[in-house]
Amino acid sequence: MSAKATGVIGAHNAKVMNRFDLTKRLVAQLKDEAVIGGIGNANFDLWASGQRAQNFYMLGSMGLAIPIALGVAIAQPKRHVIALEGEGSVLMQLGCLATVAERAPQNLTIVIWDNGIYQITGGQPSATAAAADLVAIARGAGIANSAWAADEPDFDRLAASALKGEGPSLIAARIDNKPAVATTDRDPVQIRERFMRGLGVRNQGSGLNNQ
Amino acid sequence: MTNSQTRATTWHEIVLATLKDNDVKLIVYVPDRVFTPLIKALHADKFFTTFAATREEEALGIISGAWMGGLRGAVLMQTSGFGTIPNALASLVVPCQIPALIFVSERGTLGEFNLGQALVYKTMRPVLNSLAVENVTITRQDELAFTVDRSIKQAVATQAPVTFILSPLLTGGKVFEG
Repeated sequence: MSAKATGVIGAHNAKVMNRFDLTKRLVAQLKDEAVIGGIGNANFDLWASGQRAQNFYMLGSMGLAIPIALGVAIAQPKRHVIALEGEGSVLMQLGCLATVAERAPQNLTIVIWDNGIYQITGGQPSATAAAADLVAIARGAGIANSAWAADEPDFDRLAASALKGEGPSLIAARIDNKPAVATTDRDPVQIRERFMRGLGVRNQGSGLNNQ
Repeated sequence: MTNSQTRATTWHEIVLATLKDNDVKLIVYVPDRVFTPLIKALHADKFFTTFAATREEEALGIISGAWMGGLRGAVLMQTSGFGTIPNALASLVVPCQIPALIFVSERGTLGEFNLGQALVYKTMRPVLNSLAVENVTITRQDELAFTVDRSIKQAVATQAPVTFILSPLLTGGKVFEG
């Protein structure tokens, strides 16, 4: 196995942080932003950070957090939208980075938790453990505002900058292999309905949608 | 039937008009030769936001997010592309009860020259039926507006996806050109 790729991006210089800690730091900055939690630990730690009505927790469809977030961002251009994804999920759907760059929504931020393993399935190494650098890939796809978070204060700063709405932007963080601290309740209809109410799409109290 | 539907004279004009009448504003597609006149017309009409995704399941994710955000969307794909979406249907669209509108240009039958298309074609309806996803095959232009209009309304009212399979009998399909 080769060492992790170096180069101008600096993934090798980034501190190894903790997903739940960074998730809490991100959520602490939020007001009415929508958050799409990718399958597995990304949405488990989002769930554990506090169950906001503006959070959507994916229970399947690995790789689709960024496309779902892009759809929300197009539908609600005045609301900022954040996609939280593990690196394994992003590797499964790299094309969506090019689509995001082509659409260039100002109100979209992508956060990637990269621990170099498929943690939830037993810790098998992912391609980022060897050579792939997702910030370099995102820049190559056309998301110029892509960066590794050097440490926790840098993550806070990058997130604050991204939430100002001059996106699309992408923040990648190297994280440890600690498991998520909770597990999301698995009720897709309730999750979807609460999310839509959180986004103001439903008339409160009406059984059917108002679309 | 609305004014815009009655003015339409080709299958693609009817589909566009019916989408517009039902306030379906977001169109995400993976390109297809047969759908080209529809895609061109959608791009040219500023009522619609129309763009290509890199993969069909990505397109389904985008319109699912848009619908949750209050914007109706449809995806366009060819039959082979359908082969990429069963997981997105079974683990996102169906369990979350999202009224995804899925238009498939039917390949693999009535003169198909590509064995790969012909085999994916055989999987399409069994997959949709096993997931209990409504699917309608449209062969006649005089039934097109009614079928699409009513099925979109049913999808939204019942919070369930629907697949429109546009037959070569309607669109002319794609033939081997040597």
